[in-house]
Amino acid sequence: MKKGDSTAFVLFVFLIVLFPLLTESAYTLTVGIFSGMNALVAIGLCILMGYAGQVSLGQAGFYGIGAYVSSIVSLQIGISPVLSTVMAMIVAALAAVILAVPALRLKGHYLAVATLGFGEIIFIILNEWGPGGPSGFGDIPRFGLLGYTVHTASGYFYLIWGLVALVMFFSLNLLASLSGKALRAIHDSELASGAVGLNVARLKIKVFILSAVYASLAGSLYAHYVTFVSPSSFSLFYSILVLTMVIVGGITNVWGAIVGAIVITVLPELLRKFAELDVLVYGLILTLSLMFFRKGLVPIMIDQMRKIRRFAVAKR
Amino acid sequence: MLTVFLQFLFSGLTVGAVYALVGIGFNITYNATSIINLAQGEFVVIGGLMMWFFSESLHLPFLVSVVCTIGSAGLVGLLMERLTIKPLKQPDLLLMIMITIAVSIVLRGILMFSFGKEPYVYPAFTEGDPISVSGAIIQQQTLWVIGITGFCIVGLFVFFKRTIIGKAMRACAVNTAAASLVGINVSRMVMLSFVLSAVVGAIGGMAITPISLMEYDKGPMLAVKGFCAAIMGGLGSNRGAVIGGFIIGILESMTAGYIHSGLKDAVALIILLLILFLRPAGLFVSKTMLDLRKF
Repeated sequence: MKKGDSTAFVLFVFLIVLFPLLTESAYTLTVGIFSGMNALVAIGLCILMGYAGQVSLGQAGFYGIGAYVSSIVSLQIGISPVLSTVMAMIVAALAAVILAVPALRLKGHYLAVATLGFGEIIFIILNEWGPGGPSGFGDIPRFGLLGYTVHTASGYFYLIWGLVALVMFFSLNLLASLSGKALRAIHDSELASGAVGLNVARLKIKVFILSAVYASLAGSLYAHYVTFVSPSSFSLFYSILVLTMVIVGGITNVWGAIVGAIVITVLPELLRKFAELDVLVYGLILTLSLMFFRKGLVPIMIDQMRKIRRFAVAKR
Repeated sequence: MLTVFLQFLFSGLTVGAVYALVGIGFNITYNATSIINLAQGEFVVIGGLMMWFFSESLHLPFLVSVVCTIGSAGLVGLLMERLTIKPLKQPDLLLMIMITIAVSIVLRGILMFSFGKEPYVYPAFTEGDPISVSGAIIQQQTLWVIGITGFCIVGLFVFFKRTIIGKAMRACAVNTAAASLVGINVSRMVMLSFVLSAVVGAIGGMAITPISLMEYDKGPMLAVKGFCAAIMGGLGSNRGAVIGGFIIGILESMTAGYIHSGLKDAVALIILLLILFLRPAGLFVSKTMLDLRKF
């Protein structure tokens, strides 16, 4: 982990511990819980897009695999949701390999449309063959381990944000390691990376698997928290929502994924009055941030802080 | 047996014609700018819904409604290019993809806000009894859809081959720098390509709505299938897009008829993935061309 990142990480863990102590409201905690789930998916997409330079419009597919596989397995076989979540992650990883091996030879538009097609196929499968069809199914068991089940909102908040912290810790270390540097090299030039001996294809597939596993984990958490799933939560719109989170937060910084996820999850709660306008609002946010804040919130904030520091040093 | 088969074939040809038009729309912008405009499906929806607005809500005469619909779709294409594509400085491919997706969401949001979520329909262009071919029924509107598609294809062919503007647009596609050196206003040609692709999409939407209804969120699926049609024949080739569109339309309606109607969308998607993975240059392109192009 880099120096700035470890400071940020300590602060981040501190905020996670503090947040449920500051608020009593179950509503605020619920919004927090959903932000955490979205953050997991967004971190994966951010590493895939910002660091490896690959587009994906199919994250909802992996999110759906996580939710459906884990709920079906835990309901049918009756094993603990913790185990079924891990099984769902393995299934998502396999799906990612099947998609990534042929798809990552493609670039740009072709890759975008291929991943979009993959996401839509998963959506159709859930609609046609998922239990309950388009209306979904319920009674999914809640999370628990060794006889202890998580019931309270604050318990779930700690569970989900604890996992976000864990994923973040892993991701930051990964990005600071040699693989992280290799990823950035791929982003800058695939040809040059290949020429200095990096196995470009293998690295890209690994990142793709990583992003799929994160999305699957988030999907399982969603299913076992809401205890009800239906295909409509896993449509193309969710993939685009995650894309918006990553762009708004800042594609070049993983912290941006978390900030973006919180902003985009909280925003519709603030805009409750304009419920009918949500699609339009998301579209406008995405368009405007692409055109005017292409860097994203977190990188812009970092730039500003650097400027202020430089100014202070100059004054002294 | 034959009757049922023919019936599926005709409905396949009808939707296939619209996929072909969407595919041609992709080609027009791709050829002039090498951008894949993922908002292409929304143009079709705009065509259908605006036609309903002008003819059913404002009760304008048929031809006036058609002209107004084409005009408003063209305007949307123009605004899209001027407001989002042109102002971009140093655009990279990732940004271009995302901006067209973003615009498609904005358009979908506007359509949902103004038309709501319910499907719209208006009467067929001509009244009259359907034609029967060995038991299978062809609605008159089906003939309109196929006829209009044919007309568009011929019209675009003449436009690109014979008119000076069409030739200028083709020149931009070959080499932008060289085109601007011989005095072609490249920026205007890019704008025109967006307008033209929007108009082509909207024409498809106007023609198909009396048969298959139109609602605000049909855009993404139409875009995916149109894109599938376009790459099947090799991106940039209009003839390929037409053949690809009809193949997808027919396979889709056969699947819906003989296997299961819920799987009809999956067919196009699976074909799309297979083509992308195995022959991204298109089915009708030679091996040499395949090696020359980058994906």
